[in-house]
Amino acid sequence: MLIKFKSSDHIGENQVTDESVYHNRRDMLKKMGFVGTGALMAATTPSRAASLSLFGGDQAQGAVNPNLKALDFSAEKSAQALGQVQTPELKATTHNNFYEFGTQKNQPSELAQNFKVNPWQLKISGHVENELTLDYDDLFNKFALQERIYRLRCVEAWSMVIPWIGFPLAELIKLAKPTSDAKYVAFKTLYDPEQMPGQASRRIGGGIKYPYIEGLRLDEAMNDLTLMSVGMYGKALPNQNGAPVRLVVPWKYGFKSIKSIVSIELTKRRPKTTWNILAPNEYGFYANVNPDVSHPRWSQASERRITTGGLFARNRIETLPFNGYGEQVAHLYKGMNLRKNY
Amino acid sequence: MATKTKVWLLKTVIHLAALIPLVYTYYLAIIDQLGGDPVEAILHFTGIGALNILLLSLLISPLAKRFKQAYILQTRRLVGLYAFAYALFHILSFLFFEVQFNWQLFVDEIIQRPYITVGMLAFTVLLLLAVTSVSALKRKMGKRWQQLHNWVYPAAILAAVHFYWSVKSELIEPSIYLVMVAVLLALRADKFKRWFR
Repeated sequence: MLIKFKSSDHIGENQVTDESVYHNRRDMLKKMGFVGTGALMAATTPSRAASLSLFGGDQAQGAVNPNLKALDFSAEKSAQALGQVQTPELKATTHNNFYEFGTQKNQPSELAQNFKVNPWQLKISGHVENELTLDYDDLFNKFALQERIYRLRCVEAWSMVIPWIGFPLAELIKLAKPTSDAKYVAFKTLYDPEQMPGQASRRIGGGIKYPYIEGLRLDEAMNDLTLMSVGMYGKALPNQNGAPVRLVVPWKYGFKSIKSIVSIELTKRRPKTTWNILAPNEYGFYANVNPDVSHPRWSQASERRITTGGLFARNRIETLPFNGYGEQVAHLYKGMNLRKNY
Repeated sequence: MATKTKVWLLKTVIHLAALIPLVYTYYLAIIDQLGGDPVEAILHFTGIGALNILLLSLLISPLAKRFKQAYILQTRRLVGLYAFAYALFHILSFLFFEVQFNWQLFVDEIIQRPYITVGMLAFTVLLLLAVTSVSALKRKMGKRWQQLHNWVYPAAILAAVHFYWSVKSELIEPSIYLVMVAVLLALRADKFKRWFR
């Protein structure tokens, strides 16, 4: 099914299941004698038991991660809802590429449980007039938080629709006052092998070079779509999704949206980025979503949208240039050969 | 215990060990309880399952020789057929659930992506071996049957290469599989030497 968008960064919140529905559902399951099944699931997949979905996935999604703090934010306008189905919170928080906590999709939600994100320090340095350090509370209080419901397109050809909460990166960069030498922005994830098993063990971490580094051109970083996210689904970020602060660049493949950031450096030269160092023919610096440029090992022309429905979900949709955000960002690449600069 | 009973018992264990995880995993995937992306989970499960069972089938004759238990050779065809069955589920799941009957994409991926081409070659060999595994055909084919079934060795190499080539960066596990294939082939060094003499 091809879904077309009008103003493409706005997706409604109409698909979020109310918490009360979620609790009622559990009662309903009990009444109908499904507790045994639930307990069986719990024994094998504890993190998934909460969404036992025998009655069709749509009803069975609700409040996961109840321990995360609720955030104050201005909600996305649901008036502009255009029928996009939001990815269930449980899926967006148990299907993660965060190699610092293991290369398998379910590993981060398990291995990041005890990751300490408070206290935290995020340093903004480099070619700026005003070096800054934000602590944990600053991340949530220094800027007005807003909700942005974005599509996330992974380079592995699957995608999700996620309600992020955060502030535009541009606001932070303006505060630091970049000098005229600042042309690029380099981001770095925390390096702490004692807390991040993937950094301590090649076997768990997939043998990529740590700390993880990503980068943007300054004008990409200043685009209004580029978000510093501190939360999702109304709450603070779960550890496996990059707590306490991560980048979200919705028109680029997911690996650009670096997690658990400790450093933002404005640089003169283009930073060397992690996946680009590892396999330059497969992962470019720009990594703009582009259905016309295949990954050497798979097509990028279409994607599977992860929502609900299990194995039989008919969820393959066409991939859109810039992940459907061309209106807002295509001008950044005017005159560039996007085949060469993939 | 009579040999017949031992073979029957062993075969029962093989059936259960192969079928229970397969049915249970597909069940979880169908009710959307197999992680965020049941399609990826199913593809990994059937793929690695096929490779595991294929290697197991190659372990049977060295084990029979080493421990002088000739009767376990009688389970080799069954184990081989399960390797084929898992590979078949792997490919059908790719067609049904990954590319979702987009035949153009299915064919393009097989032709254009070398790691899928290699996997498909391995599957083609397993298909031929499965089809010719019935006893009547074995008798009919005579010497050519053994020649054909020696292709299981290249198939094992291709399957392990397919796995190695498919991953993004985590090379340790697929490397271990390549080593295991090498060991299983090394156990047959005498046989290979005879071929080339």
